[in-house]
Amino acid sequence: MIIAVASGKGGTGKTTIATSLARAVSPAQTVFLDCDVEAPNAHLFLEPALSLRQEVSLLIPQVDNKRCTACGKCAEVCQYHAIVLLAGETLVFPELCHGCGSCALNCPENAISEVPDAIGVLESGPTSCGIKFARGVLNVGEPMAVPVIRQLKNWLGAHNQPLTIRDVPPGTSCPVVESLLGADFTILVTEPTPFGLHDLKLAARLVKQLNQSAGVVINRDGIGDNRVEEFCREAGLPVMMRIRFDRRIAEALAQGKTLVETFPEFLPQFRELYSQILELVSGTRKVDSRAQIELNF
Amino acid sequence: MALREMDPKTKQLVILSGKGGTGKTCVAAALAHLASISEPPLKAVLADADVDAANLELISKPRRLDCQPFYGGQTAVIEPNLCSGCGLCSAVCRFDAISSNNGAFQVNPFACDGCAACFFQCPENAIKMQAQTAGEWFQSESQFGPLFHAELTPAQENSGKLVTLIKQQARLLAMDESRELVIVDGPPGIGCPVISAASGADYALIVTEPSRSGAADLSRVLKTTAHFGINALVCINKAGLFPPGEIEIETLCREQDIPIAGRIPFDPAVVEGMTQAVPVTVYAPQSPASVAIRAVWSRIRNILWGYS
Repeated sequence: MIIAVASGKGGTGKTTIATSLARAVSPAQTVFLDCDVEAPNAHLFLEPALSLRQEVSLLIPQVDNKRCTACGKCAEVCQYHAIVLLAGETLVFPELCHGCGSCALNCPENAISEVPDAIGVLESGPTSCGIKFARGVLNVGEPMAVPVIRQLKNWLGAHNQPLTIRDVPPGTSCPVVESLLGADFTILVTEPTPFGLHDLKLAARLVKQLNQSAGVVINRDGIGDNRVEEFCREAGLPVMMRIRFDRRIAEALAQGKTLVETFPEFLPQFRELYSQILELVSGTRKVDSRAQIELNF
Repeated sequence: MALREMDPKTKQLVILSGKGGTGKTCVAAALAHLASISEPPLKAVLADADVDAANLELISKPRRLDCQPFYGGQTAVIEPNLCSGCGLCSAVCRFDAISSNNGAFQVNPFACDGCAACFFQCPENAIKMQAQTAGEWFQSESQFGPLFHAELTPAQENSGKLVTLIKQQARLLAMDESRELVIVDGPPGIGCPVISAASGADYALIVTEPSRSGAADLSRVLKTTAHFGINALVCINKAGLFPPGEIEIETLCREQDIPIAGRIPFDPAVVEGMTQAVPVTVYAPQSPASVAIRAVWSRIRNILWGYS
């Protein structure tokens, strides 16, 4: 079972929900993937002992000038303007390259080889409560988060555990899509404000397009207005959990403590959230029996 | 306050944060309001560069003047009648976007990057590249000046390209109408759309919050602005929430010689204003957050134009 925790709007509490869910359900059978590779923070809450490290690179073209006849075929096939012909010389712009390999495939002189260009790292290690934690970190100055997320998802056979929780970046564009692809269920975390509602609508549209089942967690309940609830009712999105606005919660989270650590009264709510997800998922498709973690806390 | 010297060049201020939800948009809208009422008034243009979760229009009461389609990338489409099922397309695809369903090859449009490697490799010419309408962009007239904003269709690529387009439009209008300031409300993170939003900025105002997450993400944004040679200043929102977090931020800024433009306390008036679709400086001008944002604005004005 793969659960993605997404939001649309940033700062609504994705990491709060994802980390507490991981602690509350069955830590020893859980993989936690921090897919927010631009601004990864889940490690601050789960404090894994990061022991494994692997570089993420893209294969970028390297032109052998002795073989290159400056025919321009590579520049013609490149959709990203990452390889161009300038004054009879073929130039590569690595920061524009998506690593698709099309230039090398199409070079009639075999003058293009591909060399790895580091854009980020993957790190993993266990937490003290037994969660198998892994995260991706995009290198500063690198534009492309998607390849880091893609490699994180496939790293170390990440799916060979009954439960995988993915902490998804904010927004609705390509890094979010990559983080959601392959998930069985998406938790949309929102807050009851106009910004929260607007971005929840976009995120809900995205999961619908991806044909994924989803439910909503309303964080900071009590601020703002009721329009998020109304939208969820109209859109048929189940509101699965509410977390009241409480300055003490905000203070605990600011210190890097998970919600269930500081406020154990939330433990049953997170287990109930997981049961609801299991029910919703098994209602829509057949779930691998492996995914049914025994809920005997 | 005396105006020492007015730089004729339009200034570009980008609001960033790293971590989402620290208050970029609320601060951006309040600054736009304060610019419009400052003495002498500053004519600003607003650009919402958070194209996949654009919120600036929600607190600036804009009237849409113009709407244009945005064509982003393209997606591969396999013509089943021409496909011989050789599988070469799937073999060359590095985005895991092409798979075979009982010998019928199909493209997953969400995974397709639009690189066209399959298009050029297909021996049967069975693949075509289809342009995608990736969203719309708008020019509006807001309470605080012209607003350029966009709606990227969820799941679309090229948000960086759309950000660049929005910013270009805002800048062109600012030059045409001799407007002094372009305020760019940036996206969270440090990747492609952030780099596009920040490029060409005179200053980046980084809105952070005193939490361990806020400080960790601030550190990554500061490295990013330094990497691209963009001047930065920091504003601490939700100040007072976690004093050790504030000290961490102050230390980080001191070490890198980054000025702290102000501290905005946690103030329920900010969200109350948001539900009324106005910035906090309009909703409750005397509230603690408004007072603090005015101090931030006066600091920014000093830095950008040399007021004394």
